Amino acid sequence: MPPSLFLEQILNGIQFGLMLFLLAAGLTLVFGIMDMINLAHGSLYMIGAYLTATFVGLTGVFWLGVLLAVVGTALIGMLLEVSVLRQLYRRDHLSQVLATFALILIINELVRIIWGSQPLLLSAPEDLSGPIEILPGLNYSAFRLTIIGVGLVVAAALFLLVNYTKAGMWLRAGASNREMAQAMGVPIKPLFTLLFGVGAALCAVAGAFLGPILAVQVGMGESILILAFVVIVIGGIGSIKGALVGALLVGIVDTAGRAFLPLLLSQVASPEVASNLGPALASILIYLLMAVVLFFKPQGLFPART
Amino acid sequence: MKKMLWLMVFLGLVGFSLSMAQPRTVKIGFVSTLSGGGAALGIDARDGFNLAVRLLNNQLGGLPVEVIVADDQQNPDVARQAVDRMLKRERVDFMTGIIFSNILLAVGDAIFEEKVHYISLNAGPSEYAGERCNPYFLNVAWQNDNLHEAMGQYVNTRRFENVFILAPNYPAGRDALTGFKRFYKGKIAAEVYNRLNQLDFSAEIAQIRAARPKAVYAFQPGAMGVNFIKQYAEAGLLREIPLFLPGFSADSDVIRAVGRPMVGIYNSSHWALELNNPVNQRFVEEFRKAYNRTPTLYASQGYDAALMLDTAIKAVGGDLSKKDDLRKAMLAGFNSTRGPIKFNPNGYPIQNYYLRQVVQAPGGEIINRLAGNIFANHSDAYVSQCKLK
Amino acid sequence: MQRNWLIPSALLGLLLVFPPIANSTGLEFYTGLVNKIMIFALAASSLNLILGYGGMVSFGHAAFFGIGAYTSAILTREGVTSAWVIWPTAIVICALLALLIGAICLRTRGVYFIMITLAFAQMIYFVVVSFKQYGGEDGLRARRPEFGLFELDDTTLYYLTLAVLVGTLYAMARLVNSRFGRVLQAIRENETRAAAIGYPIYHYQLVAFVIAGAVAGLAGLLMAHYTQYASPNLLAWQQSGHLMMMVILGGVGQFWGGVLGATVLLVVEEILQDITIYWQLGVGLILLLIVLFAPKGIAGLFWRRPQ
Repeated sequence: MPPSLFLEQILNGIQFGLMLFLLAAGLTLVFGIMDMINLAHGSLYMIGAYLTATFVGLTGVFWLGVLLAVVGTALIGMLLEVSVLRQLYRRDHLSQVLATFALILIINELVRIIWGSQPLLLSAPEDLSGPIEILPGLNYSAFRLTIIGVGLVVAAALFLLVNYTKAGMWLRAGASNREMAQAMGVPIKPLFTLLFGVGAALCAVAGAFLGPILAVQVGMGESILILAFVVIVIGGIGSIKGALVGALLVGIVDTAGRAFLPLLLSQVASPEVASNLGPALASILIYLLMAVVLFFKPQGLFPART
Repeated sequence: MKKMLWLMVFLGLVGFSLSMAQPRTVKIGFVSTLSGGGAALGIDARDGFNLAVRLLNNQLGGLPVEVIVADDQQNPDVARQAVDRMLKRERVDFMTGIIFSNILLAVGDAIFEEKVHYISLNAGPSEYAGERCNPYFLNVAWQNDNLHEAMGQYVNTRRFENVFILAPNYPAGRDALTGFKRFYKGKIAAEVYNRLNQLDFSAEIAQIRAARPKAVYAFQPGAMGVNFIKQYAEAGLLREIPLFLPGFSADSDVIRAVGRPMVGIYNSSHWALELNNPVNQRFVEEFRKAYNRTPTLYASQGYDAALMLDTAIKAVGGDLSKKDDLRKAMLAGFNSTRGPIKFNPNGYPIQNYYLRQVVQAPGGEIINRLAGNIFANHSDAYVSQCKLK
Repeated sequence: MQRNWLIPSALLGLLLVFPPIANSTGLEFYTGLVNKIMIFALAASSLNLILGYGGMVSFGHAAFFGIGAYTSAILTREGVTSAWVIWPTAIVICALLALLIGAICLRTRGVYFIMITLAFAQMIYFVVVSFKQYGGEDGLRARRPEFGLFELDDTTLYYLTLAVLVGTLYAMARLVNSRFGRVLQAIRENETRAAAIGYPIYHYQLVAFVIAGAVAGLAGLLMAHYTQYASPNLLAWQQSGHLMMMVILGGVGQFWGGVLGATVLLVVEEILQDITIYWQLGVGLILLLIVLFAPKGIAGLFWRRPQ
């Protein structure tokens, strides 16, 4: 196997992992602090992508469109928290799963009504749509490199926010012990609304940058949502660090598995068999990873609660 | 009436119904992919079909038409439920519309068992072309292998050695690469099947880069094609390794989405915008007028399906109970957007295949232009295995 | 107790006479629909057993439903035609699968249980989809098996489903009111206390999980007979959500919760589908309202859980 192929796949894995992290970060905080399962988190990712496509179309400038979409999605996220999700904090997980499952259906149909059932077109900005020579003889998509950059910057910003600001301190306090934090005077209500806004904004960033690579379409949030859940369960619910490690792990395992398993299998079997078995094994790999992690560390790799 | 019935079931009452006398209309069940990544295909086919019906004064063969449209969401399960509804509740006379071969294969038997003619306007699986050919199946467009055979032939005559071939792992994808290899005689660098509805092709692109082929042939229908070509260009491969496509991945829907990187790409088709016959000229003109966009080959296929039904129903004098006569009339051919075409006993067409090239017109518009002929009066490879007469 | 069985008995009578009436009035379509509702009622009731009575929020119940269907489809594909072979095989496979999955998942609690059951269901989904010789993502045609005693057509399948549903519900009623059922509910109410009293919690829950898996497999088997097709959709996580919706809609831990939920949800879906292509919007809104304002489901409006 040529080393350049290996390097390229690792980059692809990191790129996908970082986007997964953006989704998982919001999910894990909501989950950790409010003990709330929010299946509709993926819908915010979808809304982010649709808004990006719309605003980029309106303004004609990619980065401006992304900015507007991030702000718009954050507002929608906060609106959702105030109107519906707030009612669910004190309810059991079952009600939360169901209510947010219902939200998925509702949001999917609303998006279909507003934007139609055909996927929207969202292209990478013109000057990033070409390749960049990262090593002699190895070209890599400039846009994918940009995604890695954006992912790293947002991850760093999030770390600063959580570790060095007052709101971040409250968040950490809430994640490790909600009742205690509340008793110590942490303003839980506005904090939760803000948290949802931040989570939604992160979703929008992921939607905006994965949109041009994948497709802006109804249902795009659901498949990635499950992956995001796998990430936070592996990483430990409520832990940002866990989400980052889990996301990179899942991103790399998933991408590398998809790329290399068929290649390895094609050494021993026909191309058709290899292409059948390879992706299936790769898809199973991450769930297997999760089951194994849970079996040995039932609280995930970096449990937030003590 | 229906809601009433529900209420009765619900309340535990016994329902009864009135039988209503209806004037004889021809009911068409149109199940197609109208949402998701394949929606552009289904919508174009539907619009083409509806256009023809409208231009025929909402009649087919003199009978008033009712077209019942349902979305299969490119999901075999949803399609089965929609087809069940069409057959058992709406009791349609004909069915058509399905874009994807895997969907068609999931519902085909159920339709044939009800002795309803299925007129395929797109999906042309090899499964229905050979031993399992069926008197209730007919395809107005092509057999799945055909466009790929044409491109295989072209790539072969250009003497490319070491071609990397790629298609999704579903019936039409396997047919595609089988078709390509039937006429391309050179070395295959690698034969790779990706997942159907896959959107990120980074793994395949890395594989292509590592294999260093002299050319790439890729069949990716719908949104997959848009993504593949975009990512192939973004990775810088389009400049290094020429890409050949079937017409599906290089028609006006894909060109609209991908834009300039498409210029120069060769592709194969059974139909082209500028085919010089009166049916096609009227179709293209009316389609542009009605929908304000350039028609794709899918639209032409939808249009042709309606024209064929019109011809066949006329031939049996509007008596839809004469199922055998209907079939004979359909096989005898009709005047299509591709000129007059006829059909083999397995229900697949005998027709010409062309080479097209994407070019930038003087006005700046990017279009697909006819660039030559590849096959004349070409049949599919399976017809000899079909026992039907 | 007497009164509780009055409505079901009337309903049973109605279900018995429904097919001849519907078929003679050209409404066979609705016989099929009622058949489908009964199958889902069976599946939802099995989920209700562990979710409602056992407090185990399994987000992977569709795995058993789907494997039941696939076992039937694969066996007929491989030339096994006798229902007397197919039925026991499918049920045993689902029970064994539930034993394996339950044995691992029941070591975790709460959210982790939800996620790990989901993970197993996803694994099974991807394994099934990877077998191209069994249809892969396109699903597999499943011919109806031979019973020998009667021909399995749409009408006999209807009565077969009805018989299975009635029999299973009867057995379940006995089960939840037995000592086993009461211990299961005690564990749901307070696990620590039940453990302190000395009940082997793990074993009780595992047995319930296995029974639920086997019944869901039975429902999946009937589903494959009904559509003559095994679809990967039956295994998808959305299907697990769908079954959960039915249970919650009907009433968690209410005996008729599964039946009621399946009936209402499928009828509502059918009506909404006729009205609009955006029918899922209506389903979503109804669900959301139920969760927010009627947390005990529809059954909760009629029956009260005994204190």
